This record gives sequence, structure tokens and C-alpha cells, in this order.
Amino acid sequence: MADTFLDAQELVLNMGPQHPSTHGVLRVILKLDGEKVLGTECVIGYLHRGVEKIAEHRTYAQFAPYVDRMDYISAVSNGLGYCLAVEKLLNAEAPPRARAVRVILTELNRIASHLLWLGTHALDIGAITPLFYTFREREEILAIFENYCGARLTTHAFRIGGLQYETYSGFEEQVKRFCDTFPAHVDEYETLLTGNPIWRDRLIGVGLLTAEQCKDYGVTGPVLRAAGVAWDLRKAQPYSGYEQYEFEVPTRSGGDTYDRYLVRIEEMRQSVRIIRQAVERIPEGAIMAKGMKVIKPPVGEAYVSIEAPKGELGYFIVSDGSIHPYRVRVRPPSFLNLQALEVMAKGSLVADVVAIIGTIDIVLGEVDR
Amino acid sequence: MPEWLRRFLLIDLIQGMLVTFRTQHPKYINTEQYPEERPRVAERYRGAPRLNINPENGETLCIACDLCAIACPENLIVVGSVRNPETRRKELTTFTYDLSRCMFCGLCEDACPVDALELTQDFELASFTREGQIWDRQMLEEGPRPSPYR
Ligand code: SF4
Ligand code: SF4
Repeated sequence: MADTFLDAQELVLNMGPQHPSTHGVLRVILKLDGEKVLGTECVIGYLHRGVEKIAEHRTYAQFAPYVDRMDYISAVSNGLGYCLAVEKLLNAEAPPRARAVRVILTELNRIASHLLWLGTHALDIGAITPLFYTFREREEILAIFENYCGARLTTHAFRIGGLQYETYSGFEEQVKRFCDTFPAHVDEYETLLTGNPIWRDRLIGVGLLTAEQCKDYGVTGPVLRAAGVAWDLRKAQPYSGYEQYEFEVPTRSGGDTYDRYLVRIEEMRQSVRIIRQAVERIPEGAIMAKGMKVIKPPVGEAYVSIEAPKGELGYFIVSDGSIHPYRVRVRPPSFLNLQALEVMAKGSLVADVVAIIGTIDIVLGEVDR
Repeated sequence: MPEWLRRFLLIDLIQGMLVTFRTQHPKYINTEQYPEERPRVAERYRGAPRLNINPENGETLCIACDLCAIACPENLIVVGSVRNPETRRKELTTFTYDLSRCMFCGLCEDACPVDALELTQDFELASFTREGQIWDRQMLEEGPRPSPYR
């Protein structure tokens, strides 16, 4: 190979599947020349459970808890995408009250997902402190989930056609209290990290991904926005009433790991803005659309994609007119974003691979399904 | 302030340290002392299942309609019943609930027309054996029996 150093031999090294910074059971085969990465290859599938196949043997309502277990960090977003897809098949829509509550919970979930990402990403880079602070705030969000639907992680919060649970008394207050205190905590994380010389040196210029490369690989979400493309499905094709809320789509132009960090930090602030607007005016009324006792969509197919915390999350459902879906196909954001690891890691150092895997924000449950 | 001076005086580092020191105050302690202090879970928490009985006469509320077993995605509930020849109603005989496969989604609870099956706030579900995870009717009505380690 032309770019190997002197007569050094190429070394092949396994990273994972039990490596703490691969965020699950991802195995990366690294081709190294000393410290320099010549190429990477991802081996996935250790967490494969055949979720799409399971769907074919469950009724539409029964499959809903399984989607929570793909991206278990943002189970609420997963549930929303699935419910919207089946509602599109049924030609139904959730009532306004259900839509508002859905937006609040999904945005809270986006914050929780970004908080977990920030904590673990900082831990990978070597900053231990932010993890404790992000988990402290994440706990408040999980408490809201627990109060609302009875589970913290795999929530199963939404049902097809609306909501199963009415909001509990004190829901608005608890959400508002969180919105009031949270922005100060984001400033805290920024104090710890944004200006920190070590953090900057480890992140700036690492894992470059241009907008062109993002489009080639189908990369979406904060990774795409950090490369300068203001593409957010909440703005581009609003669903669940997102068109009523004012918010900005944060973008950066550098496309490196530091920019992706800043984009996610700003996204958390924007999410708080959306939650504030939504919780101020939750409409009164029903929480469940009519005629949802038996879910039996007509023959047809539907694709619905939403902006999950990690990128575009799509559900493609084919119905043969029975109570079971004929086929469910999931377009997971992590799976497609992970493809870009190869271009991002090429030519970097081994230590940067850890930072790059962290910055894509993958969940292996979703990659493998 | 110019960038080099910030770097030289370690301003960012000191600011970060200040954040850390501010949270040292005892009133910010968030750790739960779990076995000593039991956490209070939410009212709607989906934990251990319970088959409710009528507190007045001790009869089960369950009408053996089998809806929970049909609703469950994991098919882990088995409802056994016999038809009473006199009243021509179904009566519950056995009820097994395989907790080891349950994902606490709450669909069975939602399906029950008489609120007989309920997921309660009890979250300590460990047992020493696999068989200990399969709850029968008595366990569902009275709570789990302590299982000794063999
Ligand atoms: S909670 Fe869900 S998985 Fe468990 S028994 Fe009920 S329906 Fe089945
Ligand atoms: S749904 Fe309720 S009443 Fe019917 S069998 Fe199950 S527990 Fe009994």
C-alpha cells in the first residue's frame, strides 16, 4: 500500500464487540498503520432480534411495544412514527389534544436522548463530570414518563389513533418546571465543555463529513445539519401538529465532531422552546380517535417518516387487509448514519475512532433490529 | 479577552471547576440509597401483575373472558375456565402468567373489561429459578411467595 509508513506492516485489529465506547455490541475491524486508521469495517447483527419479522405475526396494536425496543433511548419517538404510519394506513388522525401531548413527550424524549448522548460521548473523550449532570436532568424527564405512562425507558406511551392514558394531574406543572430549570443546566454543560481546551482539541476537525458525503450515504439528523444542510422533517413535512410551533433548525457549516456537538446542544434548547409552546395550550377534548377498537386497515401501503433524535426514522407498512401487517420495514437513522463511519474514520487516529463512533450517536438495538 | 490569554489563564478550566464545586453542596445530592430507602414509583407504574379479588367475599373479579390472553403480544397468559352448568357462566379455574417473558407493555391490563388484571407498583421481581417466574393464580392474587435459594 502506497501510504503505509516505510516498511511498517498493516495491522488488523478488532474493536469490540465488547468495547465500552462502541455503545453496544458493535464490532469494528480496524486496519492500522501504527496509530493511523487505513480503513474500517463494521460488523453488525449481534443484537438482531428480527423485529420486522415479528411484526408479521402480531396485530397492529400488539406490535407497538416492540418498536420501543429498537431505539430504546428514544422509545417515544419510535412509537410516534409507528402510530403515525398505521394512522396513515387507516386514514385516521389523532385528535388535537393527543397530538399536543405527543409533541410534548416526543420533544422531552429528544432532550433525554441528546442528554444520554452528551454524557456518554463526553465519557468516551475523557470528561467524566458531564455524565452525572446529564443523567440528573434525564432523570427528571424519565420521572415525567413514569408518571404519565408507568414506564421509564420502553414506554409504550402512544396507541394507534391517539393516547391510552389521560395526562395526570400536575403534568403541565411538572413539564413547565422542567422547562424553567433546564436551559440553565444546558449552560452548565456548555461551561464544562464548549470552551474546554482539551474538548476542543479532541473534537475540532475530527471526523469531517461534508454535505455531499452526507447525501451520498443517506445520513440524516444532527450529523447532516452540522454539515450545513437545514433539513429537519419537523419543518420540511410537519407531522403531528409541528407546524403550529415556532422553532429554529440549528445548523453549522464545519461538519466536524465539534459542530455536531454544538448542533445537538442547540437542538435541546429549541426542544424546550417547542415544549413551552405546546404545554401552554394543550387543547381540551378526546384523546383517542373514533373507531380504533379493531385495527384493520384497508389493502395498501404507507410510508411515514419522522425526525427522531438521531435522524429520519421511517416506517413502511404494507397491509393486506387483515389485522396483521403484511410487511413492516423500518428505516432506522442509526443504521444509515453508521455507514458514514468509514469515510469519517479514514486517515484519523485510533483514539479519534472512539470520538467518531460517539458523535454519530448510534444505538445498536436500532442498527441490528 | 484574546484567545491566547484565555488559554494561558485557564479561564475555561476554572469556570468548569466552579460548576463542579457548586454542585458539591449536600442539597444537590441525587443518589438514591436503594435497599435502605425504597423509591416511590409512580401511581401508574407497570410492575408485578395482580389478579384482583372482591375484598368483601374473596371471590375473583375475573370473568374468564380470555381477552387479556388474546391481547398479549407474547401469548404468555393462559386462562383456564369451566362453564358452570347451573348459572351457565364461565368460572375461572387456573390463571398462569409467565413473568419471564412479559415486557410490561400494559396491553393485557387495558384489555381487561372488569379491571381484574392489574399491573401494580411492585417492582422487585427477581427469583432464583425460572419456574419461580411463572406465576399461578394464587401468586397473582396474594403476591409472590418468597423462594429459598437451593
Ligand atoms: S404486560 Fe404486555 S407482555 Fe406482559 S402479559 Fe400484559 S400484554 Fe403480555
Ligand atoms: S381480561 Fe380480565 S376478566 Fe378477562 S380473563 Fe383476563 S383477567 Fe379475567
